[in-house]
Amino acid sequence: MGNLQYKVIVGLEIHVHLRTKSKMFCGCALEYGATANSRVCPVCLGMPGSLPVMNKQAFEYAVLAALALNCKIAEFTKWDRKGYYYPDLPKNYQISQYDLPLGTGGFIEIPLQSGQTKKIRIIRVHLEEDAGKNLHPAGNFSQIDLNRAGTPLLEIVTEPDMNSAAEVRALAVELQRIVRFLGVSVADMQKGHMRFEPNINLIITRDGTEYKTPIAEIKNLNSFRALERSVDYEIQRQLDEFLQTGKVMEMGNKTTHGWDDENQTTVLQREKEEAHDYRYFPEPDLVPVVMNERWLNEIKSKLCELPLQKQMRYVSEYKLSDYDAGVLTAERSTAEFFERAVKKGGDPKRVCNLLTQVGLKLANEAGCTLAELIPAAENVAELAEMIDTGKVSASAGNTIMRKMAESGEKPQIIAEQLNLLQKSDAGELEVIVDKVLEGNPKAVEDVKSGGKKSKKARGFLLGQVMQKTSGRANPKIISEILAEKLG
Amino acid sequence: MQKKISRAQVRNVAKLSRLELTESEVKEFSGQLSAILGYMEKMNKLDTDNVEPLAHCLPISNCFREDAVRESLGTEKTLANAPQRDGDFFKVPKIIDSL
Ligand SMILES: [Zn+2]
Repeated sequence: MGNLQYKVIVGLEIHVHLRTKSKMFCGCALEYGATANSRVCPVCLGMPGSLPVMNKQAFEYAVLAALALNCKIAEFTKWDRKGYYYPDLPKNYQISQYDLPLGTGGFIEIPLQSGQTKKIRIIRVHLEEDAGKNLHPAGNFSQIDLNRAGTPLLEIVTEPDMNSAAEVRALAVELQRIVRFLGVSVADMQKGHMRFEPNINLIITRDGTEYKTPIAEIKNLNSFRALERSVDYEIQRQLDEFLQTGKVMEMGNKTTHGWDDENQTTVLQREKEEAHDYRYFPEPDLVPVVMNERWLNEIKSKLCELPLQKQMRYVSEYKLSDYDAGVLTAERSTAEFFERAVKKGGDPKRVCNLLTQVGLKLANEAGCTLAELIPAAENVAELAEMIDTGKVSASAGNTIMRKMAESGEKPQIIAEQLNLLQKSDAGELEVIVDKVLEGNPKAVEDVKSGGKKSKKARGFLLGQVMQKTSGRANPKIISEILAEKLG
Repeated sequence: MQKKISRAQVRNVAKLSRLELTESEVKEFSGQLSAILGYMEKMNKLDTDNVEPLAHCLPISNCFREDAVRESLGTEKTLANAPQRDGDFFKVPKIIDSL
Protein backbone atom coordinates (compact mmCIF):
# COMPACT_ATOMS: atom_id res chain seq x y z
CA MET A 1 0.00 0.00 0.00
CA GLY A 2 3.08 2.19 -0.07
CA ASN A 3 2.49 5.62 1.41
CA LEU A 4 -1.06 5.04 2.57
CA GLN A 5 -1.91 5.70 6.19
CA TYR A 6 -5.22 5.71 7.92
CA LYS A 7 -6.78 6.72 11.20
CA VAL A 8 -9.88 5.04 12.62
CA ILE A 9 -12.67 7.32 13.87
CA VAL A 10 -15.45 5.83 15.99
CA GLY A 11 -18.31 7.39 17.93
CA LEU A 12 -20.68 5.28 19.97
CA GLU A 13 -24.33 5.42 20.84
CA ILE A 14 -25.24 3.23 23.80
CA HIS A 15 -28.62 2.24 25.18
CA VAL A 16 -28.83 1.01 28.77
CA HIS A 17 -31.89 -0.44 30.53
CA LEU A 18 -32.37 1.14 33.94
CA ARG A 19 -32.91 -1.08 36.95
CA THR A 20 -36.34 0.13 38.06
CA LYS A 21 -39.11 -2.15 39.26
CA SER A 22 -41.69 -0.61 36.93
CA LYS A 23 -41.72 0.91 33.46
CA MET A 24 -40.86 4.50 32.55
CA PHE A 25 -44.37 5.86 32.23
CA CYS A 26 -46.64 3.16 33.70
CA GLY A 27 -46.67 0.72 36.61
CA CYS A 28 -46.15 -2.46 34.60
CA ALA A 29 -43.46 -4.68 36.11
CA LEU A 30 -40.09 -5.06 34.40
CA GLU A 31 -39.64 -8.77 34.41
CA TYR A 32 -37.35 -10.56 32.04
CA GLY A 33 -38.75 -13.86 30.83
CA ALA A 34 -42.38 -13.27 31.83
CA THR A 35 -45.15 -14.68 29.62
CA ALA A 36 -45.31 -12.61 26.44
CA ASN A 37 -47.62 -9.60 26.61
CA SER A 38 -48.49 -10.20 30.26
CA ARG A 39 -46.76 -7.05 31.62
CA VAL A 40 -48.75 -4.61 29.55
CA CYS A 41 -51.39 -1.96 30.34
CA PRO A 42 -53.37 0.67 28.43
CA VAL A 43 -50.47 3.17 28.75
CA CYS A 44 -47.77 0.99 27.19
CA LEU A 45 -50.32 -0.40 24.73
CA GLY A 46 -50.93 3.14 23.51
CA MET A 47 -54.67 3.01 24.13
CA PRO A 48 -56.55 6.24 23.45
CA GLY A 49 -57.21 8.21 26.61
CA SER A 50 -54.38 6.68 28.62
CA LEU A 51 -51.78 9.03 30.05
CA PRO A 52 -48.11 8.48 30.91
CA VAL A 53 -46.70 9.42 34.34
CA MET A 54 -42.95 9.73 34.92
CA ASN A 55 -41.15 7.21 37.10
CA LYS A 56 -39.13 9.31 39.56
CA GLN A 57 -36.59 6.58 40.25
CA ALA A 58 -35.85 6.20 36.54
CA PHE A 59 -35.22 9.92 36.24
CA GLU A 60 -32.93 9.91 39.27
CA TYR A 61 -30.98 6.90 37.99
CA ALA A 62 -30.53 8.70 34.66
CA VAL A 63 -29.26 11.85 36.38
CA LEU A 64 -26.91 9.80 38.57
CA ALA A 65 -25.44 8.08 35.51
CA ALA A 66 -25.08 11.43 33.73
CA LEU A 67 -23.28 12.84 36.78
CA ALA A 68 -20.89 9.90 36.83
CA LEU A 69 -20.20 10.64 33.17
CA ASN A 70 -19.25 14.18 34.18
CA CYS A 71 -22.20 15.74 32.36
CA LYS A 72 -23.77 19.08 33.05
CA ILE A 73 -27.29 18.39 34.34
CA ALA A 74 -30.02 20.47 32.75
CA GLU A 75 -32.08 22.61 35.10
CA PHE A 76 -34.99 22.21 32.73
CA THR A 77 -35.80 19.20 30.56
CA LYS A 78 -38.85 18.20 28.64
CA TRP A 79 -40.13 15.24 26.68
CA ASP A 80 -40.62 14.91 22.95
CA ARG A 81 -42.40 12.55 20.66
CA LYS A 82 -40.28 10.88 18.03
CA GLY A 83 -42.32 9.54 15.11
CA TYR A 84 -42.02 5.77 14.97
CA TYR A 85 -44.09 3.44 12.84
CA TYR A 86 -43.37 -0.10 13.89
CA PRO A 87 -45.74 -2.34 15.85
CA ASP A 88 -43.29 -2.87 18.73
CA LEU A 89 -44.23 0.61 19.97
CA PRO A 90 -47.95 0.83 19.37
CA LYS A 91 -48.39 4.53 20.20
CA ASN A 92 -46.71 5.28 16.85
CA TYR A 93 -44.17 7.42 18.62
CA GLN A 94 -41.41 6.98 21.14
CA ILE A 95 -41.28 9.31 24.12
CA SER A 96 -37.74 10.66 24.14
CA GLN A 97 -35.80 13.87 24.76
CA TYR A 98 -34.84 15.85 21.70
CA ASP A 99 -33.49 19.37 22.15
CA LEU A 100 -33.22 19.44 25.95
CA PRO A 101 -31.48 16.24 27.09
CA LEU A 102 -30.97 15.82 30.83
CA GLY A 103 -27.19 15.65 30.55
CA THR A 104 -24.68 17.24 28.14
CA GLY A 105 -20.96 17.78 27.68
CA GLY A 106 -19.39 15.04 29.80
CA PHE A 107 -16.63 12.48 29.44
CA ILE A 108 -15.77 8.95 30.41
CA GLU A 109 -12.29 7.75 31.24
CA ILE A 110 -11.31 4.41 29.74
CA PRO A 111 -8.27 2.22 30.42
CA LEU A 112 -5.87 1.65 27.53
CA GLN A 113 -3.69 -1.41 27.04
CA SER A 114 -0.64 0.76 27.74
CA GLY A 115 -1.87 1.26 31.30
CA GLN A 116 -2.73 4.90 30.55
CA THR A 117 -6.29 6.19 30.48
CA LYS A 118 -8.06 8.19 27.81
CA LYS A 119 -10.95 10.61 28.07
CA ILE A 120 -13.78 10.08 25.60
CA ARG A 121 -16.14 13.03 25.42
CA ILE A 122 -19.86 12.47 25.94
CA ILE A 123 -22.13 14.64 23.80
CA ARG A 124 -25.38 13.92 25.57
CA VAL A 125 -27.27 11.63 27.91
CA HIS A 126 -31.03 11.37 27.77
CA LEU A 127 -33.89 9.21 28.88
CA GLU A 128 -36.44 7.50 26.66
CA GLU A 129 -38.63 4.43 26.51
CA ASP A 130 -37.67 1.14 24.90
CA ALA A 131 -39.79 -0.61 22.27
CA GLY A 132 -41.20 -4.11 22.57
CA LYS A 133 -39.58 -7.19 21.13
CA ASN A 134 -40.04 -8.50 17.60
CA LEU A 135 -39.68 -12.17 16.93
CA HIS A 136 -39.39 -13.56 13.47
CA PRO A 137 -40.57 -17.15 13.31
CA ALA A 138 -40.70 -19.06 10.03
CA GLY A 139 -43.49 -17.76 7.86
CA ASN A 140 -44.34 -14.39 6.43
CA PHE A 141 -45.23 -12.66 9.68
CA SER A 142 -43.65 -11.34 12.89
CA GLN A 143 -44.58 -11.83 16.54
CA ILE A 144 -44.71 -8.89 18.95
CA ASP A 145 -44.15 -9.06 22.69
CA LEU A 146 -44.80 -5.72 24.38
CA ASN A 147 -43.45 -6.62 27.84
CA ARG A 148 -40.31 -4.59 27.11
CA ALA A 149 -42.20 -1.64 25.62
CA GLY A 150 -41.85 1.30 27.97
CA THR A 151 -38.70 0.11 29.77
CA PRO A 152 -36.67 3.15 30.91
CA LEU A 153 -33.78 3.44 28.50
CA LEU A 154 -30.74 5.64 28.94
CA GLU A 155 -29.20 6.83 25.71
CA ILE A 156 -25.56 7.92 25.79
CA VAL A 157 -23.89 9.46 22.75
CA THR A 158 -20.13 9.94 22.60
CA GLU A 159 -18.02 12.16 20.38
CA PRO A 160 -16.10 10.21 17.72
CA ASP A 161 -13.05 10.06 20.01
CA MET A 162 -12.23 6.36 19.77
CA ASN A 163 -9.50 5.26 17.40
CA SER A 164 -9.62 1.47 17.49
CA ALA A 165 -11.97 -1.43 18.09
CA ALA A 166 -10.14 -2.11 21.36
CA GLU A 167 -10.94 1.40 22.60
CA VAL A 168 -14.58 0.94 21.66
CA ARG A 169 -14.69 -2.26 23.64
CA ALA A 170 -12.91 -0.65 26.59
CA LEU A 171 -15.51 2.10 26.69
CA ALA A 172 -18.37 -0.40 26.60
CA VAL A 173 -16.85 -2.48 29.40
CA GLU A 174 -16.09 0.60 31.50
CA LEU A 175 -19.60 1.93 31.06
CA GLN A 176 -21.03 -1.41 32.14
CA ARG A 177 -18.85 -1.30 35.25
CA ILE A 178 -19.97 2.26 36.05
CA VAL A 179 -23.71 1.67 35.73
CA ARG A 180 -23.43 -1.52 37.76
CA PHE A 181 -21.35 0.24 40.38
CA LEU A 182 -23.92 3.00 40.69
CA GLY A 183 -26.69 0.42 40.83
CA VAL A 184 -28.63 2.11 38.05
CA SER A 185 -28.57 -0.93 35.75
CA VAL A 186 -28.08 -4.66 36.05
CA ALA A 187 -26.35 -4.30 32.68
CA ASP A 188 -26.68 -7.99 31.86
CA MET A 189 -25.66 -8.35 28.21
CA GLN A 190 -27.43 -11.68 27.90
CA LYS A 191 -30.71 -10.01 28.77
CA GLY A 192 -30.20 -7.20 26.29
CA HIS A 193 -29.70 -4.56 29.01
CA MET A 194 -27.03 -2.84 26.91
CA ARG A 195 -27.04 -2.23 23.17
CA PHE A 196 -24.37 -0.49 21.10
CA GLU A 197 -24.35 1.38 17.83
CA PRO A 198 -20.89 2.43 16.63
CA ASN A 199 -20.41 5.02 13.88
CA ILE A 200 -17.23 4.26 12.01
CA ASN A 201 -15.14 5.86 9.31
CA LEU A 202 -11.51 6.29 8.31
CA ILE A 203 -9.34 9.27 7.57
CA ILE A 204 -7.00 7.99 4.88
CA THR A 205 -3.87 9.85 3.89
CA ARG A 206 -2.49 8.92 0.47
CA ASP A 207 0.27 10.86 -1.26
CA GLY A 208 -0.20 13.74 1.12
CA THR A 209 -3.95 14.05 0.48
CA GLU A 210 -6.55 13.29 3.12
CA TYR A 211 -9.70 11.33 2.31
CA LYS A 212 -12.61 10.56 4.62
CA THR A 213 -14.55 7.36 3.97
CA PRO A 214 -18.36 7.43 4.27
CA ILE A 215 -19.63 6.84 7.82
CA ALA A 216 -21.16 3.45 8.52
CA GLU A 217 -23.40 2.85 11.49
CA ILE A 218 -23.78 -0.66 12.86
CA LYS A 219 -27.11 -1.22 14.58
CA ASN A 220 -28.09 -3.14 17.64
CA LEU A 221 -24.97 -4.89 18.88
CA ASN A 222 -25.52 -6.61 22.18
CA SER A 223 -22.22 -8.17 23.14
CA PHE A 224 -18.72 -6.80 23.67
CA ARG A 225 -17.39 -9.37 21.25
CA ALA A 226 -19.79 -8.45 18.45
CA LEU A 227 -19.06 -4.77 19.10
CA GLU A 228 -15.29 -5.20 18.82
CA ARG A 229 -15.38 -7.60 15.88
CA SER A 230 -17.89 -5.58 13.88
CA VAL A 231 -15.78 -2.43 14.26
CA ASP A 232 -12.67 -4.32 13.16
CA TYR A 233 -14.54 -5.79 10.22
CA GLU A 234 -15.90 -2.41 9.20
CA ILE A 235 -12.41 -0.81 9.31
CA GLN A 236 -11.11 -3.41 6.86
CA ARG A 237 -14.22 -3.21 4.68
CA GLN A 238 -13.96 0.57 4.39
CA LEU A 239 -10.28 0.38 3.59
CA ASP A 240 -10.92 -2.18 0.86
CA GLU A 241 -13.82 -0.18 -0.50
CA PHE A 242 -11.74 2.99 -0.66
CA LEU A 243 -8.92 1.22 -2.48
CA GLN A 244 -11.36 -0.25 -4.98
CA THR A 245 -13.73 2.67 -5.54
CA GLY A 246 -12.14 5.76 -3.99
CA LYS A 247 -15.54 6.58 -2.52
CA VAL A 248 -15.42 9.41 0.06
CA MET A 249 -17.80 10.95 2.54
CA GLU A 250 -20.56 13.10 1.08
CA MET A 251 -23.81 14.49 2.36
CA GLY A 252 -26.27 11.66 2.67
CA ASN A 253 -23.97 8.73 1.97
CA LYS A 254 -23.90 7.44 5.50
CA THR A 255 -24.95 3.80 5.53
CA THR A 256 -26.56 1.52 8.08
CA HIS A 257 -25.35 -2.00 8.70
CA GLY A 258 -26.37 -5.00 10.71
CA TRP A 259 -23.99 -7.55 12.21
CA ASP A 260 -24.20 -11.11 10.95
CA ASP A 261 -22.78 -13.04 13.87
CA GLU A 262 -22.78 -16.35 12.05
CA ASN A 263 -20.64 -15.11 9.18
CA GLN A 264 -18.85 -12.43 11.24
CA THR A 265 -19.58 -9.72 8.69
CA THR A 266 -21.50 -6.46 8.62
CA VAL A 267 -24.46 -6.41 6.25
CA LEU A 268 -25.68 -3.30 4.50
CA GLN A 269 -29.26 -2.48 5.46
CA ARG A 270 -31.53 -0.80 3.02
CA GLU A 271 -33.26 2.13 4.62
CA LYS A 272 -36.36 3.88 3.52
CA GLU A 273 -35.72 7.40 2.35
CA GLU A 274 -37.98 8.86 5.02
CA ALA A 275 -36.54 6.68 7.81
CA HIS A 276 -34.91 9.64 9.56
CA ASP A 277 -37.86 11.98 9.28
CA TYR A 278 -38.76 11.63 12.95
CA ARG A 279 -40.87 14.79 13.14
CA TYR A 280 -40.09 15.46 16.79
CA PHE A 281 -42.49 17.64 18.70
CA PRO A 282 -43.03 18.36 22.41
CA GLU A 283 -44.94 15.63 24.24
CA PRO A 284 -48.16 17.29 25.42
CA ASP A 285 -49.00 14.45 27.83
CA LEU A 286 -45.99 15.03 30.08
CA VAL A 287 -44.96 18.14 31.96
CA PRO A 288 -41.31 19.29 32.05
CA VAL A 289 -38.81 18.37 34.76
CA VAL A 290 -37.20 21.17 36.72
CA MET A 291 -34.05 20.24 38.61
CA ASN A 292 -33.35 22.34 41.67
CA GLU A 293 -30.15 22.42 43.65
CA ARG A 294 -31.48 20.51 46.61
CA TRP A 295 -32.70 17.61 44.51
CA LEU A 296 -29.49 17.55 42.49
CA ASN A 297 -27.41 17.46 45.68
CA GLU A 298 -29.51 14.60 46.96
CA ILE A 299 -28.75 12.62 43.80
CA LYS A 300 -25.08 13.69 43.91
CA SER A 301 -24.77 12.22 47.39
CA LYS A 302 -25.23 8.77 45.82
CA LEU A 303 -22.15 9.20 43.64
CA CYS A 304 -19.04 7.30 44.64
CA GLU A 305 -15.48 6.83 43.54
CA LEU A 306 -15.79 5.18 40.12
CA PRO A 307 -14.46 1.67 39.52
CA LEU A 308 -11.54 2.65 37.29
CA GLN A 309 -10.31 5.22 39.84
CA LYS A 310 -10.70 2.65 42.60
CA GLN A 311 -8.85 0.02 40.61
CA MET A 312 -5.94 2.35 39.96
CA ARG A 313 -5.87 3.44 43.58
CA TYR A 314 -5.78 -0.19 44.81
CA VAL A 315 -2.74 -0.77 42.60
CA SER A 316 -0.87 2.34 43.70
CA GLU A 317 -1.96 2.55 47.33
CA TYR A 318 -2.29 -1.13 48.27
CA LYS A 319 0.20 -2.57 45.76
CA LEU A 320 -2.35 -5.08 44.47
CA SER A 321 -1.98 -6.49 40.98
CA ASP A 322 -4.07 -4.78 38.31
CA TYR A 323 -5.95 -8.06 37.87
CA ASP A 324 -6.83 -8.42 41.58
CA ALA A 325 -7.80 -4.74 41.74
CA GLY A 326 -10.08 -5.34 38.77
CA VAL A 327 -11.77 -8.28 40.48
CA LEU A 328 -12.32 -6.30 43.70
CA THR A 329 -13.81 -3.35 41.81
CA ALA A 330 -16.11 -5.35 39.55
CA GLU A 331 -18.96 -4.82 42.01
CA ARG A 332 -19.48 -1.93 44.38
CA SER A 333 -20.43 -4.23 47.26
CA THR A 334 -17.18 -6.17 46.86
CA ALA A 335 -15.06 -3.02 46.79
CA GLU A 336 -16.83 -1.62 49.82
CA PHE A 337 -16.40 -4.85 51.74
CA PHE A 338 -12.70 -4.94 50.89
CA GLU A 339 -12.25 -1.34 52.01
CA ARG A 340 -14.08 -1.99 55.30
CA ALA A 341 -11.83 -4.96 56.07
CA VAL A 342 -8.72 -2.91 55.25
CA LYS A 343 -9.94 -0.06 57.41
CA LYS A 344 -10.33 -2.51 60.30
CA GLY A 345 -6.62 -3.24 60.04
CA GLY A 346 -6.42 -6.15 57.60
CA ASP A 347 -3.37 -6.18 55.35
CA PRO A 348 -4.70 -5.27 51.86
CA LYS A 349 -2.86 -8.05 50.03
CA ARG A 350 -3.92 -10.65 52.59
CA VAL A 351 -7.55 -9.48 52.64
CA CYS A 352 -7.52 -9.45 48.85
CA ASN A 353 -6.35 -13.08 48.75
CA LEU A 354 -9.00 -14.20 51.23
CA LEU A 355 -11.71 -12.47 49.18
CA THR A 356 -10.59 -13.47 45.70
CA GLN A 357 -9.57 -17.04 46.58
CA VAL A 358 -12.44 -17.95 48.89
CA GLY A 359 -14.97 -15.23 49.66
CA LEU A 360 -16.08 -14.32 46.15
CA LYS A 361 -16.34 -17.96 45.11
CA LEU A 362 -18.62 -18.71 48.06
CA ALA A 363 -20.68 -15.57 47.48
CA ASN A 364 -21.06 -16.52 43.85
CA GLU A 365 -22.20 -20.02 44.72
CA ALA A 366 -24.69 -18.64 47.23
CA GLY A 367 -25.82 -15.96 44.78
CA CYS A 368 -25.27 -13.15 47.26
CA THR A 369 -22.82 -10.36 48.02
CA LEU A 370 -19.81 -10.67 50.29
CA ALA A 371 -21.46 -8.51 52.92
CA GLU A 372 -24.46 -10.83 52.94
CA LEU A 373 -22.16 -13.82 53.22
CA ILE A 374 -19.95 -12.42 55.99
CA PRO A 375 -21.71 -9.50 57.66
CA ALA A 376 -18.72 -8.52 59.80
CA ALA A 377 -15.83 -7.33 57.64
CA GLU A 378 -13.73 -6.98 60.80
CA ASN A 379 -13.71 -10.78 61.07
CA VAL A 380 -11.91 -10.94 57.74
CA ALA A 381 -9.49 -8.25 58.94
CA GLU A 382 -8.85 -10.30 62.09
CA LEU A 383 -8.32 -13.48 60.09
CA ALA A 384 -5.87 -11.66 57.80
CA GLU A 385 -3.91 -10.62 60.85
CA MET A 386 -3.93 -14.14 62.28
CA ILE A 387 -2.36 -15.37 59.04
CA ASP A 388 0.16 -12.55 58.98
CA THR A 389 1.31 -13.20 62.54
CA GLY A 390 1.59 -16.94 61.92
CA LYS A 391 -1.25 -17.88 64.26
CA VAL A 392 -2.76 -19.90 61.45
CA SER A 393 -1.33 -21.01 58.13
CA ALA A 394 -2.57 -19.50 54.88
CA SER A 395 -4.36 -22.71 53.93
CA ALA A 396 -5.96 -22.93 57.39
CA GLY A 397 -7.02 -19.32 56.80
CA ASN A 398 -9.00 -20.38 53.76
CA THR A 399 -10.68 -23.11 55.78
CA ILE A 400 -11.58 -20.61 58.52
CA MET A 401 -12.93 -18.21 55.89
CA ARG A 402 -15.29 -20.93 54.67
CA LYS A 403 -16.45 -21.66 58.21
CA MET A 404 -16.96 -17.97 58.87
CA ALA A 405 -19.33 -17.83 55.91
CA GLU A 406 -21.26 -20.78 57.33
CA SER A 407 -21.49 -19.88 60.99
CA GLY A 408 -20.66 -16.17 61.23
CA GLU A 409 -18.38 -17.08 64.14
CA LYS A 410 -15.20 -15.15 64.88
CA PRO A 411 -12.02 -16.55 63.28
CA GLN A 412 -10.22 -17.06 66.61
CA ILE A 413 -13.06 -19.25 67.87
CA ILE A 414 -13.23 -21.25 64.65
CA ALA A 415 -9.46 -21.74 64.71
CA GLU A 416 -9.69 -23.09 68.27
CA GLN A 417 -12.66 -25.32 67.51
CA LEU A 418 -11.00 -26.83 64.46
CA ASN A 419 -7.64 -27.01 66.16
CA LEU A 420 -6.04 -24.91 63.45
CA LEU A 421 -3.94 -22.64 65.63
CA GLN A 422 -0.29 -23.10 64.79
CA LYS A 423 2.01 -24.11 67.55
CA SER A 424 4.36 -21.20 67.83
CA ASP A 425 5.48 -21.91 71.36
CA ALA A 426 9.18 -22.56 70.86
CA GLY A 427 9.49 -24.56 74.07
CA GLU A 428 6.77 -26.99 73.16
CA LEU A 429 8.02 -27.27 69.60
CA GLU A 430 11.57 -27.88 70.73
CA VAL A 431 10.48 -31.05 72.51
CA ILE A 432 8.93 -32.33 69.31
CA VAL A 433 11.96 -31.34 67.23
CA ASP A 434 14.25 -33.18 69.63
CA LYS A 435 12.13 -36.31 69.29
CA VAL A 436 12.30 -36.13 65.51
CA LEU A 437 16.06 -35.59 65.52
CA GLU A 438 16.47 -38.56 67.81
CA GLY A 439 14.41 -40.79 65.56
CA ASN A 440 16.18 -39.79 62.35
CA PRO A 441 19.95 -39.90 62.91
CA LYS A 442 20.64 -40.50 59.20
CA ALA A 443 18.91 -37.30 58.16
CA VAL A 444 20.64 -35.40 60.95
CA GLU A 445 23.97 -36.60 59.65
CA ASP A 446 23.08 -35.57 56.10
CA VAL A 447 22.21 -32.07 57.25
CA LYS A 448 25.37 -31.69 59.24
CA SER A 449 27.58 -33.02 56.43
CA GLY A 450 26.39 -30.20 54.21
CA GLY A 451 26.60 -30.81 50.48
CA LYS A 452 23.82 -31.85 48.15
CA LYS A 453 21.81 -33.97 50.54
CA SER A 454 21.74 -31.34 53.26
CA LYS A 455 18.86 -29.25 51.96
CA LYS A 456 16.68 -32.23 51.21
CA ALA A 457 17.30 -33.76 54.63
CA ARG A 458 16.45 -30.50 56.34
CA GLY A 459 13.15 -30.42 54.47
CA PHE A 460 12.48 -34.00 55.50
CA LEU A 461 13.00 -33.20 59.17
CA LEU A 462 10.74 -30.18 58.95
CA GLY A 463 8.08 -32.36 57.35
CA GLN A 464 8.39 -34.86 60.17
CA VAL A 465 7.77 -32.15 62.75
CA MET A 466 4.76 -30.88 60.82
CA GLN A 467 3.39 -34.41 60.69
CA LYS A 468 3.79 -34.89 64.42
CA THR A 469 1.88 -31.68 65.06
CA SER A 470 -0.81 -32.50 62.45
CA GLY A 471 0.32 -29.54 60.39
CA ARG A 472 -0.29 -27.03 63.15
CA ALA A 473 3.29 -26.05 63.81
CA ASN A 474 4.52 -22.72 62.54
CA PRO A 475 7.08 -23.73 59.88
CA LYS A 476 9.06 -20.57 60.37
CA ILE A 477 9.69 -21.34 64.02
CA ILE A 478 10.59 -24.98 63.34
CA SER A 479 13.15 -23.84 60.79
CA GLU A 480 14.65 -21.55 63.37
CA ILE A 481 14.90 -24.32 65.95
CA LEU A 482 16.40 -26.70 63.40
CA ALA A 483 18.94 -24.09 62.40
CA GLU A 484 19.87 -23.58 66.01
CA LYS A 485 20.36 -27.28 66.65
CA LEU A 486 21.97 -28.36 63.39
CA GLY A 487 23.68 -25.20 62.26
CA MET B 1 -55.92 32.00 -0.50
CA GLN B 2 -52.49 30.67 -1.34
CA LYS B 3 -52.06 26.98 -0.65
CA LYS B 4 -49.51 26.65 2.16
CA ILE B 5 -49.53 22.90 2.18
CA SER B 6 -49.13 21.41 -1.26
CA ARG B 7 -50.66 18.12 -2.29
CA ALA B 8 -47.17 16.63 -2.48
CA GLN B 9 -46.61 17.56 1.18
CA VAL B 10 -49.90 15.97 2.15
CA ARG B 11 -48.90 12.79 0.34
CA ASN B 12 -45.54 12.77 2.14
CA VAL B 13 -47.08 13.27 5.57
CA ALA B 14 -49.65 10.58 4.80
CA LYS B 15 -46.85 8.20 3.84
CA LEU B 16 -44.94 8.94 7.05
CA SER B 17 -48.12 8.30 9.02
CA ARG B 18 -48.84 5.09 7.09
CA LEU B 19 -52.13 6.52 5.84
CA GLU B 20 -53.60 5.72 2.47
CA LEU B 21 -55.43 8.72 1.01
CA THR B 22 -57.52 9.03 -2.14
CA GLU B 23 -56.77 11.90 -4.51
CA SER B 24 -59.90 13.73 -3.39
CA GLU B 25 -58.83 13.38 0.23
CA VAL B 26 -55.37 14.72 -0.63
CA LYS B 27 -57.03 17.75 -2.18
CA GLU B 28 -59.39 18.19 0.77
CA PHE B 29 -56.65 17.95 3.40
CA SER B 30 -54.34 20.23 1.46
CA GLY B 31 -57.03 22.91 1.74
CA GLN B 32 -57.81 22.21 5.39
CA LEU B 33 -54.18 22.10 6.52
CA SER B 34 -53.46 25.29 4.59
CA ALA B 35 -56.36 27.00 6.35
CA ILE B 36 -55.01 25.95 9.74
CA LEU B 37 -51.57 27.24 8.87
CA GLY B 38 -53.08 30.43 7.53
CA TYR B 39 -54.71 30.97 10.90
CA MET B 40 -51.38 30.41 12.60
CA GLU B 41 -49.92 33.10 10.35
CA LYS B 42 -51.95 35.63 12.30
CA MET B 43 -49.95 34.83 15.40
CA ASN B 44 -46.70 35.56 13.62
CA LYS B 45 -47.77 39.19 13.67
CA LEU B 46 -47.56 39.22 17.45
CA ASP B 47 -44.41 40.57 19.06
CA THR B 48 -42.93 37.57 20.91
CA ASP B 49 -39.41 38.92 21.35
CA ASN B 50 -39.70 38.89 25.11
CA VAL B 51 -41.67 35.69 25.47
CA GLU B 52 -39.96 32.48 26.52
CA PRO B 53 -40.80 29.42 24.39
CA LEU B 54 -43.34 27.21 26.11
CA ALA B 55 -42.56 23.54 26.68
CA HIS B 56 -46.01 22.74 28.00
CA CYS B 57 -49.33 24.55 28.14
CA LEU B 58 -49.69 24.01 31.90
CA PRO B 59 -47.47 25.97 34.31
CA ILE B 60 -46.55 22.86 36.29
CA SER B 61 -43.56 20.52 36.36
CA ASN B 62 -42.19 17.38 38.03
CA CYS B 63 -45.33 15.22 38.10
CA PHE B 64 -43.76 11.96 39.16
CA ARG B 65 -44.95 8.66 40.50
CA GLU B 66 -42.99 6.39 42.81
CA ASP B 67 -41.36 3.35 41.24
CA ALA B 68 -44.06 0.90 42.27
CA VAL B 69 -45.48 -2.00 40.28
CA ARG B 70 -49.15 -1.94 39.44
CA GLU B 71 -51.13 -4.78 38.06
CA SER B 72 -50.92 -5.21 34.30
CA LEU B 73 -53.68 -6.41 32.02
CA GLY B 74 -52.33 -9.91 31.48
CA THR B 75 -51.85 -11.61 28.14
CA GLU B 76 -55.48 -12.44 27.39
CA LYS B 77 -56.84 -8.94 27.90
CA THR B 78 -53.86 -7.42 26.14
CA LEU B 79 -54.51 -9.49 23.03
CA ALA B 80 -58.31 -9.20 23.19
CA ASN B 81 -58.49 -6.44 20.56
CA ALA B 82 -55.62 -7.68 18.41
CA PRO B 83 -56.64 -8.21 14.78
CA GLN B 84 -54.48 -11.33 14.77
CA ARG B 85 -52.61 -13.29 17.39
CA ASP B 86 -50.15 -16.14 17.40
CA GLY B 87 -50.08 -17.85 20.77
CA ASP B 88 -49.18 -15.19 23.36
CA PHE B 89 -48.01 -12.78 20.67
CA PHE B 90 -49.48 -10.11 18.46
CA LYS B 91 -49.22 -11.34 14.89
CA VAL B 92 -48.25 -8.65 12.38
CA PRO B 93 -46.94 -8.46 8.81
CA LYS B 94 -43.23 -9.26 8.69
CA ILE B 95 -41.07 -6.42 10.07
CA ILE B 96 -37.74 -5.70 8.44
CA ASP B 97 -36.16 -3.16 10.78
CA SER B 98 -37.11 -1.08 13.79
CA LEU B 99 -35.54 0.83 16.71
ZN1 LIG C 1 -47.87 -0.53 31.13
